[in-house]
Amino acid sequence: MDVTIAKVDEIIGRYGKTEESILAVLQDFQREFRYVPEEGMKRLAGVLDVPESRIYAMGTFYKALSLEPRGKHTVKVCMGTACHLKGANQILEAIERGFSVKRNHTTKDKNFTVESVNCVGACAMAPVIVVDEDYHGHARSSKVVDILKKYN
Amino acid sequence: MATIQSADQLEKVRETLRAGVKHDLPSVLVCFGTGCQANGARDVAAALEEEIKKQGLAVNVSIGLKTTGCHGYCENGPLVVLRPQDVLYLKVKPKDVPEIVEKSIKEGAIIDRLVYKDVNTKAAIAKYHEIPFYAYQKRIALRNIGTVDPCVIDDYLINDGYKALAKTLTMDPEAVIKEIEESGLRGRGGGGFPAGRKWRSCRAVESDVRYVMCNGDEGDPGAFMDRSIMEGDPHSVIEGMIIGGYAVGARQGYVYVRDEYPLAVKNLEIAIDAAREKGLLGKNILGSGFDFDIKISRGGGAFVCGESSALMRSLEGKVGEPRAKYIRSVEKGLYDKPSVLNNVETWNNVPVIMLNGAAWYAAMGTEGSKGTKVFSLVGKVNNTGLVEVPMGITIKELVEKIGGGVLGGKAFKAVQTGGPSGGCIPKELADLPIDFDSLTKVGSMMGSGGIIVMDENTCMVDVARYFIDFLVQESCGKCAPCRDGLPRMLGILNGITEGKGTAEDIDTLNELCDVLTWGALCGLGTSAANPVLSTLKYFKDEYLAHIRDKKCPAGVCKALITYRIIAEKCTGCMLCAKNCPQKCITGEKKMPHVIDESKCIKCGICYDVCKFDAVMIQ
Repeated sequence: MDVTIAKVDEIIGRYGKTEESILAVLQDFQREFRYVPEEGMKRLAGVLDVPESRIYAMGTFYKALSLEPRGKHTVKVCMGTACHLKGANQILEAIERGFSVKRNHTTKDKNFTVESVNCVGACAMAPVIVVDEDYHGHARSSKVVDILKKYN
Repeated sequence: MATIQSADQLEKVRETLRAGVKHDLPSVLVCFGTGCQANGARDVAAALEEEIKKQGLAVNVSIGLKTTGCHGYCENGPLVVLRPQDVLYLKVKPKDVPEIVEKSIKEGAIIDRLVYKDVNTKAAIAKYHEIPFYAYQKRIALRNIGTVDPCVIDDYLINDGYKALAKTLTMDPEAVIKEIEESGLRGRGGGGFPAGRKWRSCRAVESDVRYVMCNGDEGDPGAFMDRSIMEGDPHSVIEGMIIGGYAVGARQGYVYVRDEYPLAVKNLEIAIDAAREKGLLGKNILGSGFDFDIKISRGGGAFVCGESSALMRSLEGKVGEPRAKYIRSVEKGLYDKPSVLNNVETWNNVPVIMLNGAAWYAAMGTEGSKGTKVFSLVGKVNNTGLVEVPMGITIKELVEKIGGGVLGGKAFKAVQTGGPSGGCIPKELADLPIDFDSLTKVGSMMGSGGIIVMDENTCMVDVARYFIDFLVQESCGKCAPCRDGLPRMLGILNGITEGKGTAEDIDTLNELCDVLTWGALCGLGTSAANPVLSTLKYFKDEYLAHIRDKKCPAGVCKALITYRIIAEKCTGCMLCAKNCPQKCITGEKKMPHVIDESKCIKCGICYDVCKFDAVMIQ
């Protein structure tokens, strides 16, 4: 979705004008635009009357936030302990090879952003990948590329 | 809807609800935990609904087909439970549904192919509570999970929901704290600090405003009990927090939930709204004059925010960096006001303790660790999932009886507990009772309750490297020992796993561990050495094999292993050759294949696809 001032203001308006809401607003930016746009951070700083650096610090500290636009689909490869023991790294490498993308980057066609994440809490199904909201358990390095190809 | 004005009225509402439940009618419960949904529970529930409607069965609508929270046995989802027969079906597909309705619901027959089969004895067990995974459990924290619909407050009310709250509101706050103290409840988030003492310290501080908070930032990799509780029984957490708020004199509560748990956020939001609508949250709760409300805050994906002072900074809308604890958060916590922060499972235990009494709770568990604990039993074990057992169960009992032993009949090597702050406990200590103090004594810790089973194919140096790598990424960078010490350790461990280790490495590691333990600012740093210290203590041989012999005995560390095809086992099916991304496997059809080691990138795909176990790691 395109970043518009109207949309930015609408998101900021969802929460009270307190510093407590900064993280929630940034998360909603992330969800809406698939990244945290600079205009949004500036606008938020203005509304709350705090320095822009304060918002920027939040944007760079929290992993759930990205200052670069992300791909259409987010692929989270779980690197939790249970997944690690069951070969999560091989799954991540298979995705990197299959889509010529490095971890924590976006594919050239902007279809996928591949993230390595620490535990999605589905350890009983390890190794797990999460594509957008879909959990794929018992993932296998030989099958994972085919699973992702279904997402366009 | 009118709010409930008093405890009496609450009981009347409960009676009315209970009268509406028709016990003699069959009911079908479909697990809607994250695991089961991933395996297609939604489709199964939809198919069941349609089939029941089509057949015009007399199924009680209010409690008939119901979606519930996680039963814990995620490995085998989607799970379907039939009542009153108490039959559990595993791995149910939509195509099984007509048969379930026809045979099991109408005729009461059991469908053999859908029931549990013991991995070792192959015996079929249909009854939910007779399956070893459940038979040895004692579900108190998980009491409602798998039974109630988390999005329906009436369901929780039928199961004695908010009864403990009504009772508490008639008590003196001091008496409530005393009850929690006497129960021996210790914090379930990892530290194991006595909950009652924390509450008392908070209440003792002079202040007009106090806060209670729920730590739902479950970050330990390998632990997911808090997710399950928030998703499957959110009202128990809310009720616990209201009781806590009343006891310490807080009027505002916060739940801090990981951003990675969208279903937990959603179910908590629904539950908070429902409780507010009934007058169980908000102004003048149950006519007692006590006001209390709860806000949800989503975390931002930073592990350090599970640390108490970092969590509070994050709640305030700041960067989640911890602070030194010479002033405790019970004195100056959120917004510098006296605050109580407890973990999800701790809050969830509070209502049952208030309802059944401290003595009942304290009768379970060990001397220093009372009650039960939920563990997530995962890794190389047959039955993975969430299990709740009394404190003091031994590692062996947990792995063998409930877990059904190590996966694939391999040799048990160790368990890892406590996440990145914990350590690895070797098989020689398998008779160790699991409680807060025993685990600390052997160099690990309880943490939030992740128990990760490791087998002969787990490399302990790689495990240590894995945790340090995790901590390097998650260190907030505020204090030097953590910010600079951890990358230095990671460098050494990387070197060892790549075959570049030297004899001095072990000494340097020990020294760095010391600096971290004594010098770091918060719990993340001071416990960060545990994964290295415990593996060095119990598995030094493996470090030496990597350093001296340049070998990885478990066959994990890429630089030290090679893949080979065993000619006698290879059938020449060509599957590996087809899947090899390097195209470095050659051979004729139906003839043994060969890997060109000079081109092999050790991706492991040949090992994964081979159906004949013909690929070996050396």
